[in-house]
This record gives sequence, C-alpha cells and structure tokens, in this order.
Amino acid sequence: MSKPITKITPNAAVFFDNDPQDELITLNIGPTHPATHGVFQNVVQIDGERIVSGVSTIGYIHRAFEKIAEHRPFYQITPLTDRLNYCSSPINNMGWHMTVEKLLDIELPKRVQYMRVIVMELARIADHIICNGILGVDTGAFSGFLYVMQEREFIYEIFEEICGARLTTNIGRIGGFERDFNEIAFHKIEEFLKRFPPVLKEFENLFVRNRIFIERTSGVAAVTPETALSYSWSGPILRATGVDYDVRATAPYSSYEEFEFDVPVGTNGDVYDRFMVRNDEMWQSLRIIEQALEKIKKEPAGVFHADVPDFYLPPKEQVYTNMEALIYHFKIVMGEWETPKSEVYHAVEGANGELGFYLIHDGGRTPYRLHFRRPSFVNYQMFAPMSSGMLISDAIINMSSLNVIAGELDA
Amino acid sequence: MDKLNNQIVIDRLQEQFGEQVRIVAEPHGLLTVATEAMSILDVLAFVKDDVALRFNYLTDITAVHYPNEERDFCVVYHVHNLLQNLRLRIKVFISGPTPTIPSATPLWNGANWMERETYDFFGVVFEGHPDLRRILNMDELEVFPMRKEYPLEDPNRVDKKDFYFGR
Repeated sequence: MSKPITKITPNAAVFFDNDPQDELITLNIGPTHPATHGVFQNVVQIDGERIVSGVSTIGYIHRAFEKIAEHRPFYQITPLTDRLNYCSSPINNMGWHMTVEKLLDIELPKRVQYMRVIVMELARIADHIICNGILGVDTGAFSGFLYVMQEREFIYEIFEEICGARLTTNIGRIGGFERDFNEIAFHKIEEFLKRFPPVLKEFENLFVRNRIFIERTSGVAAVTPETALSYSWSGPILRATGVDYDVRATAPYSSYEEFEFDVPVGTNGDVYDRFMVRNDEMWQSLRIIEQALEKIKKEPAGVFHADVPDFYLPPKEQVYTNMEALIYHFKIVMGEWETPKSEVYHAVEGANGELGFYLIHDGGRTPYRLHFRRPSFVNYQMFAPMSSGMLISDAIINMSSLNVIAGELDA
Repeated sequence: MDKLNNQIVIDRLQEQFGEQVRIVAEPHGLLTVATEAMSILDVLAFVKDDVALRFNYLTDITAVHYPNEERDFCVVYHVHNLLQNLRLRIKVFISGPTPTIPSATPLWNGANWMERETYDFFGVVFEGHPDLRRILNMDELEVFPMRKEYPLEDPNRVDKKDFYFGR
C-alpha cells in the first residue's frame, strides 16, 4: 500500500526544465482520450510507466456561461445550469431556482420541496451510477457498467415523464415545477425503488470484495483530510478522506432536515473509499426518496408551485382568456418584475460536491454578476500535482474516481 | 464552546483589526466584511487560524467589476467554518490599470485555480501566485472578458450583421 499524500508541490511550472538529459517521454493524455471521459488535457512526463510531473490544460469546452448569464433574465439561466454537470442536471437546476427563491424570499409549499428532493436524489443516483460504473470499466470490469446503465436509463425515463427532457432537463421553475408529477411518474418512481436495489446489490457484489478491484484501487491516490481540505475538496471525494461535510446535512435546503439519512465517510481517502462512499450514497438516496414519497402522500394533492404570481408564469390557457394572467405573463416575460438589490450565496450538494451560486443582483432584469462555484473545477486542480510519482494506470483510475465532468470543469 | 455566530465574528475581527475591517452587511444571514488589499492576507490568515473563528475552508474566490465606481474591482472570498457551519464573505475593493492583490495560495492550495480563473476573466493580478496563467480562455486572448466593457458578442464579426436577420 503506497503512502498517503501529505505534501504536494504546487502546479508544476518547472515542467519543461527538469529533464536536461532528455530521458523522459512527454505524453499527451487528452484532450480527446477515452480515459479522460471528457474534453481536457493532461501533458505528463513519464519515466517508464511512472509519471514524473504533469500539467493540466482545461477550457476546451468553455462556453462563457457567467458572461451569458449577465445578459439573461433569471428563468433563461436555468438551461445554462443544465450544461454544467450534465450527468445530474436536475441538481443544478434546483440549485439555481433555490438561489433565486432565496433572493426573492419565496417560501415553497412542503409538497414541492419533497418533489424536488425526489428529483435531486434520482439525479444523484444517476450521476453516481456513471462514476462508479466508469471506474469499473477503467479497472477492467466492464459488465457492472452495463447492468446499472439500464437503471440510469430508467431514471431518465422518469425525468422525461416529469419534464419532457432526459439529459439537459431544464426541470422546474422559479417557485416550483411547471406541472405536477403525473400518475405514470409516481408509478415509475415506485417501480424504480423496487427494481433498483437488487441491481445495485449485484453491482456491489461485483466490486466490493473483488480481489482484483481491491488490488487496483486500495491505497491508490490516498489523500489525507488536511490535504483535501487545503485543496477545498468537497463531495464524495472529501468524505472518502473522513471529513463528514455534506451540504444536505450541514445547511439543509429544500427540507432535507426532515429526512433521515446517513452521511457515509471513508477512512483512507483512496480510490476504493471514493467508490464505497458513492455506493453508500446511492443507498441513502433510495432511503430519502422512499421517505419523500411517504411525506408527499400526507400533503394536499395537486400543489406543485408556490403562490407567487409575480414570478411564476400563469397557465398558458388562462393567458389568452384572463386579463390578470395576461398582465402577469407579459410582466414576467418582459422582465418587468420587482426584485431586491442584494447578493446571495446558495450552495447545494451536487453529485461532485458543493455546487454554489453566487448571485449579485442590482434590481435589473438580469443578474449583475453570477458566479458558479463548480465542484469539478475546484476538485480537479489537485489531479496534476498528485499524479507525480504515480503509475499511469493508477492516475487514470484516480481521474475517473474524481468524476470530473468537463461541462462543470469549464462552465 | 458557544455556538459561533456573526456577532462573535464581528467582535473578534474588530478586536484584532479595528478600523481595517469594515462590516458591510448581512444579506441573507451571511456576514460580509470589507478590507484593504494590503491587509487581506493578514485577515485571511487570522480567520483561518484563530481558535475562535476557524474559517479553515476556502469555498470560493471570484471578482466583480464595477466600472462606474472609483475602485472598480471587487475581489470576493467565501470562507467556511466546517465545524460550526458558518460562512463569511470578505470583500476587497481595488483599482488601477492592473488591479493587484496578494495571493492566498500560501494559505490554501485550493486558491491556485480560483485565482487563475479570476485573473483570466478580470485581469486581477495575484502577487505571489506560483503560476498565474490563463486557465479557461486561450493564451493568446488580449482582453479580460468578464469586464463589463467587453461585449458579449465580438463586434468585429461580419457574419452576424443585423440586416441579414431583417433587423
């Protein structure tokens, strides 16, 4: 078992000066390498199989979302957030809605909050499925990935039933949802709760005590909690080091405080622990969804948005027949709504960690400044320095266990 | 130990720094203080290491451009006390053709890319940063695109003239 990483030299600026004899090989991993699972590049110097130093280059799919957001009304920013972490876009959508609701002081009915919790936890499961499945593929176990991929497909079917889209969902609105979950959606969620546990159990059995998997992952890229905190890590990879920081537990939003769930933590902070933390989080997510379904049954049916006509679009059929609805519709679409001058930081627990929205509003039609605190971006900066001294094959599985999503990395 | 709250933070900061730290506001419960570029490192080190405060987690560094203000750039730090679950926002207003501020990389390794991103988009120079290069934009870019004077679309493009779209 290799030693945990305690001290890391900052980004390797000396990269091209440390090989005067020209004995090392320079290797490009990326920008479109199958092992990066996204568009970003790592230039590494290798001595045989071992990485001597590396430099990360990112920004290949930078789309200037923060600049675009300064020119768009609030509700048109939701589709931008879809494209941050596109493996779990509903969490990003909800995070953005909640940021605006915090700015506008909108209190949501309990039922809507529980609906949101269901959607967010489904998205978290979908994201963790991808990460753990891909980690299996990178360690040479392909079949587990295929088993769970079918369930991810089923989650997308649920999203399709709720909002009509599958990947970039644009789900919900400021103040609630655009429509109620229909019968089929509820039915599918319940079916998912029945069919997913055995599949996840099978997936788990393929890996958890699999000797090959343990040999490949245990002790690889082990990080101490001090280093992880110093690099501002968050999410499952921070919890794998033993720090129990989960935004859902420390600063509950959307009524998470009413749910009973555990925050799984690891001990070594290595790739195996990250796998296990994600795996346990999926079980916890299932628990949360179960509770949320029970809670929804106790709430008045048919409530799917808050009563805030100033910010929530009226039903379309009323716009054509009802004067008041027409006025509200016009005001919202033209951005003639009264908003306070304020600034808000709101964080949600994204699938990769703390996803923060820092919104500065000057009362205009668009945000004055909107900054996304993107967990992938913050988490990934440690990758190049921590790869020094690692085998290439270890660095690859380290990368997939960080679950870097290029869209979130580059914004 | 008492639960840490904003009032304790205010008292500790004023006891230590006096006039150097101004209390700006508490929007939505998040205490916001402002300080000067020359004392920012001391303030950050103090809130990080002080036994009562312990804001040891750097959440975010970013900047805001206010072209109409006298000091037109604001660098914003979000720090977080994970044990007591309290956040603190620290603002520094700076100006000049190349706005300059000391780097927080000696305190947090994670500040590295956050500061590179801020430099990339606003041109704020972080003194003492080990590797201050552009990060998301291409290296050849000559402007800092998040500044307010920089238009959203390239005005020199010839394929998007209005008359092509009947405007």
